[in-house]
Amino acid sequence: MTTALRRYPVLVALCLAALFMVLPFLVVAVNAFKSPAEYSQHGPLSLPGGFYVEGLEDFWQRVDYSQKLLNSVLISGCVAVLAAVLSILNAYAIGIGRIRGRTWVLAFFVLANVLPQEALVYPLYYLSKQVGLYDTRLSVIIVFTVIQSAFGTYLLSSVLGQFPREIIEAARIDGANRWQVLWRIVVPVSRPTIGVLLVFFFIWTWNEFLLPLVMLISNDNQTVSVALGVLQGQRLMDATMTNAAALLGVLPALVFFLVFQRTLTRGIAVGAVK
Amino acid sequence: MTVTVERGARAVGKQPHTGPRRPRTSYALFLLPGVLTFLVVVVVPFLMNTGVSFTEWSGVGSPKWSGLANYRELMDDSEFWASFRHSLFMVVAMAVVPTVVGLVLAAALFDYIGKHFGTKIAAVLRACFYLPQVLPIAVAGIVWSWILAPDNGALNALLKAIGLGSWQQDWLGDPDIALYSVMGVMVWVQIGFPLVVFMAGLQRVDPQLYEAAELDGAGWWRRFWHITLPQIRPEISVVLTWCTIAALKVFGAVYVLTKGGPGGATDVPSYFSFTTFFEKTQVGYGAAISTVLTVIILLLSLVGLRLQTRAEDAEEGARA
Repeated sequence: MTTALRRYPVLVALCLAALFMVLPFLVVAVNAFKSPAEYSQHGPLSLPGGFYVEGLEDFWQRVDYSQKLLNSVLISGCVAVLAAVLSILNAYAIGIGRIRGRTWVLAFFVLANVLPQEALVYPLYYLSKQVGLYDTRLSVIIVFTVIQSAFGTYLLSSVLGQFPREIIEAARIDGANRWQVLWRIVVPVSRPTIGVLLVFFFIWTWNEFLLPLVMLISNDNQTVSVALGVLQGQRLMDATMTNAAALLGVLPALVFFLVFQRTLTRGIAVGAVK
Repeated sequence: MTVTVERGARAVGKQPHTGPRRPRTSYALFLLPGVLTFLVVVVVPFLMNTGVSFTEWSGVGSPKWSGLANYRELMDDSEFWASFRHSLFMVVAMAVVPTVVGLVLAAALFDYIGKHFGTKIAAVLRACFYLPQVLPIAVAGIVWSWILAPDNGALNALLKAIGLGSWQQDWLGDPDIALYSVMGVMVWVQIGFPLVVFMAGLQRVDPQLYEAAELDGAGWWRRFWHITLPQIRPEISVVLTWCTIAALKVFGAVYVLTKGGPGGATDVPSYFSFTTFFEKTQVGYGAAISTVLTVIILLLSLVGLRLQTRAEDAEEGARA
């Protein structure tokens, strides 16, 4: 009885803390549907009188949000797939091939993983200008494919290092070459980990800020993150517009979160312990 | 389970090679695309950046060799020192506080909520804490810069509504407060990561340990201190390392929230190097800043890696 009484305050405290975490989202959602007049009259804390969507529409058109979404999906999607492929190839050589010097190669990828992008950003900016890739989505796709694959190689190598050898040996005896072993056996068996990588790569690339900010200057190429960040930096938006921008920025993240929640939490656990 | 599989695999791998076997080198071919792209996108730019840090260069024309001049200048640059001092604040906000709070939250969610109210409620609460982590930092910045706005921001409006009008502040515009405001936002952003990792770690802990301790009359705090903490030490060192590195790299939040202002009060090394590169176009100097940042981060990662392997060894020793 006494323990039961002691349990509820913990539950209440945790619920309050959780509420505090999501409160900013709720406040933004409420204010995105207010008209500027309503906002200036009643302030940010009142509930909206009606369902004012013009602010959202206005913002959508002004920043050409469909284009930004398309850019983000295109870049993040390409990076997720390409980086996963690259990680698989690397990890196959390191984890299963156990090539000579693999510890060093792996250490190399791990260090690249922590390298701050600030140490790459200017040369990448300069080089992409030299080869005519500056301000193209392709440049960002190439750069992030390589950067994300560093983490993928690290994670997949340790997973594949524990891959049951018997299966591979059996396939080899059946006459499969290394290429076939990779795509017909190793990849299907490792699908859960590869799924985690795809989701991570997609969301990480979606959220990237510094390199896309530097590389993508024209409106037609910018991602959601960059467009919103730049707009905020210019301080040209009024309160309702800011809220419209925030809501439209939050929504895709919320969708990913709800769709991928299980993969995400499982993946973080895998990634941390490996 | 995994341990047995691994051992089995190793045993098979060590068997003497019998029968027809092609030479091992062909596996190296699979590494080729990865290594080549890696050279072009990471290694070469990194070496270029390091090289440029020893020169004076505005980004056009050819760089002029200046030896260690940039680094010598950095040592006397109060802006540079201030930015690293702010980095330490970021480490507190993004590594220390989230780890400590995350530990307590994870243990409370796992022990109390998970066991007495069902894992479903625990999962929902965990999701709430994790949500800011999937948000693009630019969007988080927009949300918070509006909440913290001085005139019609939600926080000041709330303070006024509950009769604490005198507590109203220009949260991001006052040089004395701005850094703490950014820190608060970063805690909010970061807290979900340690929480999720620790909750996963707690699942590995043998429940019998808790039962035994409970029988011995150990209270919640003592069990937390003597069982939970030592058992998930590997997770704690991973989280601390990762979060510290993330804190040193903070850029987007500062760009969107304060642009390093007011008057450099929230400037951090990555933002400092960014403005030096692209606004002041002192590329050599910017490269020197980012090189120093890189060296610090690499050193920290090595320390973190050591801690991690030591924690894992200790854990394995305890298990054996």
